Amino acid sequence: METLLHITTLHYLVLGAALFLLGVIGVLTRRNVVIVLMSIELILNAVNLNLVAFSRMWAGLHGQVFAIFVVTDAAAEAAVGLGILIAFFRNKETVNIDEVNLLKW
Amino acid sequence: MAPVATPFFFYLFAAIMVVGGIMVITRKNPVHSALALIAALLAQSSIYLMLYAPFVAGVQVILYAGGIMVLFLFVIMLVSIDRSVRERQFNSQWVAGIIAGMTLGGLFIGVYAKGKDIFPDHAMPIIESDNTQKIGTMLYGQYMFSFEIASLLLLVAIIGAVVMAKKKI
Repeated sequence: METLLHITTLHYLVLGAALFLLGVIGVLTRRNVVIVLMSIELILNAVNLNLVAFSRMWAGLHGQVFAIFVVTDAAAEAAVGLGILIAFFRNKETVNIDEVNLLKW
Repeated sequence: MAPVATPFFFYLFAAIMVVGGIMVITRKNPVHSALALIAALLAQSSIYLMLYAPFVAGVQVILYAGGIMVLFLFVIMLVSIDRSVRERQFNSQWVAGIIAGMTLGGLFIGVYAKGKDIFPDHAMPIIESDNTQKIGTMLYGQYMFSFEIASLLLLVAIIGAVVMAKKKI
């Protein structure tokens, strides 16, 4: 009970791990490209949560600065990914990722 | 000011985040997924506030929940979702995917159970008044080069997105 009620860094890390797992499962199992991209956002957010939790743990700000860089990356990734998605939809008239199989043996 | 009722709010926001995450990966309609993701992101920004990171919390709300998710919703409107809603939602290797995810979860549990003693019980005291100012000083001082590279990355991403989405170049 004491470990549950006293919130430490480990609690935040476990929450981040749970979100990371949800994102990984979403990326691996969903067919809709939009939801796959959203799962990648979930993964990046889990990483951000860990960074900020460690930044709090060491009472520094480097983790928070790094989290801001990760958000920048996420924005760039979302913009390019959605651009690719629009091009893909224009060519194939679908958003299912398993129909992108031109390079599949 | 120390946060009040920390465990209650931690578990509340953690529950919102996990339920939102589960809804993101299980809903048929991508719009519902996007709304669940927005709820999860807002809950996460509250957790940032509990971690004394107000600037990152603001960035989370403005950039993530405000910017990136609007981009997602616009693209969901551009691509027609009528067909994909009626189709099978999970691909043929979903069993392998869930097994891989569970294996990774087991790895996390093992690592955290083994290493939980290295985390200090009480977090270090923190000066909470000038968070944004300090982050700005670091971004423009120590992390100057990374900051400029990030701006270049955004420029490339803008050009790339326009080139990808354009019909004829």
